[in-house]
Amino acid sequence: MTHFSALSLIKNALSGQKNWEPQWPDSEPKAEYDVIIVGAGGHGLGAAYYLAKEHGITNVAVIDKGWLGGGNTGRNTTIIRSNYLYDESAKLYDHALDLWDGLSQELNYNVMYSQRGVLMLAHNVHDVQSFQRHVHANRLNGVDNVWLSAEEAKEYCPPLDISPTARYPVVGAALQRRAGTARHDAVAWGYARGAAARGVDIIQNCPVTAIRRGPDGRVTGVETAKGFIGAKKVAVSAAGHTSVVMDTAGVRMPLESYPLQALVSEPIKPIFPCVVMSNSVHAYISQSDKGELVIGSGTDQYTSYSQRGGLPLIEHTVAAICEIFPIFNRMRMLRKWGGIVDVTPDRSAILGKTPVPGLYVNCGWGTGGFKATPGAAHTLAWTVAKDDPHPANAPFTLERFSTGRLIDEAAAAAVAH
Amino acid sequence: MLLIHCPYCNQTLPEAEFTYAGEAHIARPADPSSVSDEEWRDFLFIRTNVKGPHYERWRHFYGCGRYFNAVRDTVSDRFLITYKTDDPRPELSKLLEKSK
Repeated sequence: MTHFSALSLIKNALSGQKNWEPQWPDSEPKAEYDVIIVGAGGHGLGAAYYLAKEHGITNVAVIDKGWLGGGNTGRNTTIIRSNYLYDESAKLYDHALDLWDGLSQELNYNVMYSQRGVLMLAHNVHDVQSFQRHVHANRLNGVDNVWLSAEEAKEYCPPLDISPTARYPVVGAALQRRAGTARHDAVAWGYARGAAARGVDIIQNCPVTAIRRGPDGRVTGVETAKGFIGAKKVAVSAAGHTSVVMDTAGVRMPLESYPLQALVSEPIKPIFPCVVMSNSVHAYISQSDKGELVIGSGTDQYTSYSQRGGLPLIEHTVAAICEIFPIFNRMRMLRKWGGIVDVTPDRSAILGKTPVPGLYVNCGWGTGGFKATPGAAHTLAWTVAKDDPHPANAPFTLERFSTGRLIDEAAAAAVAH
Repeated sequence: MLLIHCPYCNQTLPEAEFTYAGEAHIARPADPSSVSDEEWRDFLFIRTNVKGPHYERWRHFYGCGRYFNAVRDTVSDRFLITYKTDDPRPELSKLLEKSK
């Protein structure tokens, strides 16, 4: 693996950029692995990376039905934050945020993590009370989140219109300064490169059609388009398709898959310094390094696997953005797309063991999985390696839906994760 | 934009008039106090989340206001049928044959 440095950039520039090596090989499956990870998104590739690096398990394959990072990893709006209400969520997302710090150095791959801050706008009394509750809960958990007046919010984000005559007046905002954005593709590529360098096989364009179990109920491997591949342990990290894959192992999941759409505008000069979310008006916006405004909101109302979604939701989203930022109302939108997100009843992830020995699951991240990528990957690797959850993901069990010990972020946030 | 047929109004109208109401034909336990935690979980939380023809409920929110059932393919988003709530669950094989 080439080590990226100023020296390697200069050397390759002088030789006309012709001597760069591929960052990872496209592997063919072996007959058997210690661990198979289903789904080569950021979470799955990251888990393979941490399995190899921190637990010394390198006989690992990551298998995907498409190309790596082609699912929700490449389709999200790249927002990273950890200002969740409940203790369990705050710990897990803040664990992720700690790993985001220094991830580029760790991977020797620039994931372009930019701590530009996430500003959540309050438009009414309910918002103010809810966000201040979040700010206080976060402070108790050691998560940074501060309350700003409308004037302070305007100072942090100059394009903001705080005039009292606005359609949705801004009365204040919660700001997490550590939060921000990262280059989503680079996260998948960086983890893939790091994992492959440690001996992990990345097998693309190879759908997993079934999980196989032995007579004792234990996992024996997976059935794929390239035939049966044996495995001592299987971890499913397949986002919107998790319930389809888990069903083949006889595990029914408390998941529903919805299309989540996003869109970008034509690129413009830098105007927007941070991420702004408005839960009441229901949209969020940031500006990419290419200059496009990156815009998103909630899921479509019906379950679907179409990776497309409907236009009414885009209209609603763009209308919300124009209400909050009238300066953008003549901008042209360049393209829109959809990803399939797996949503749990309490809007918290499921990350841990399953009733099937040797089978692990990482799913239910709903509309907010990207921000958790390093944390989910790190704790999934821990859980698989030790057959026991990491303290950060221990509460995120599948059993909580029968014990009733839910982590009810649905009631806390309701929208726009 | 989905076009949805309301079996009560007998009209095919844009999606914006309707709200989605989750999976259909999930019966609440008749004797709740005798039900185990696992059975409650199945009733409350477990869904088929099928990739393909999905039995689901819709509500004609900005119209007659009534709930009805539908079968929709979750890959193509195409409706195979919509039917009244007290109609029997239509058999999938017949629906698929009809839609060919």
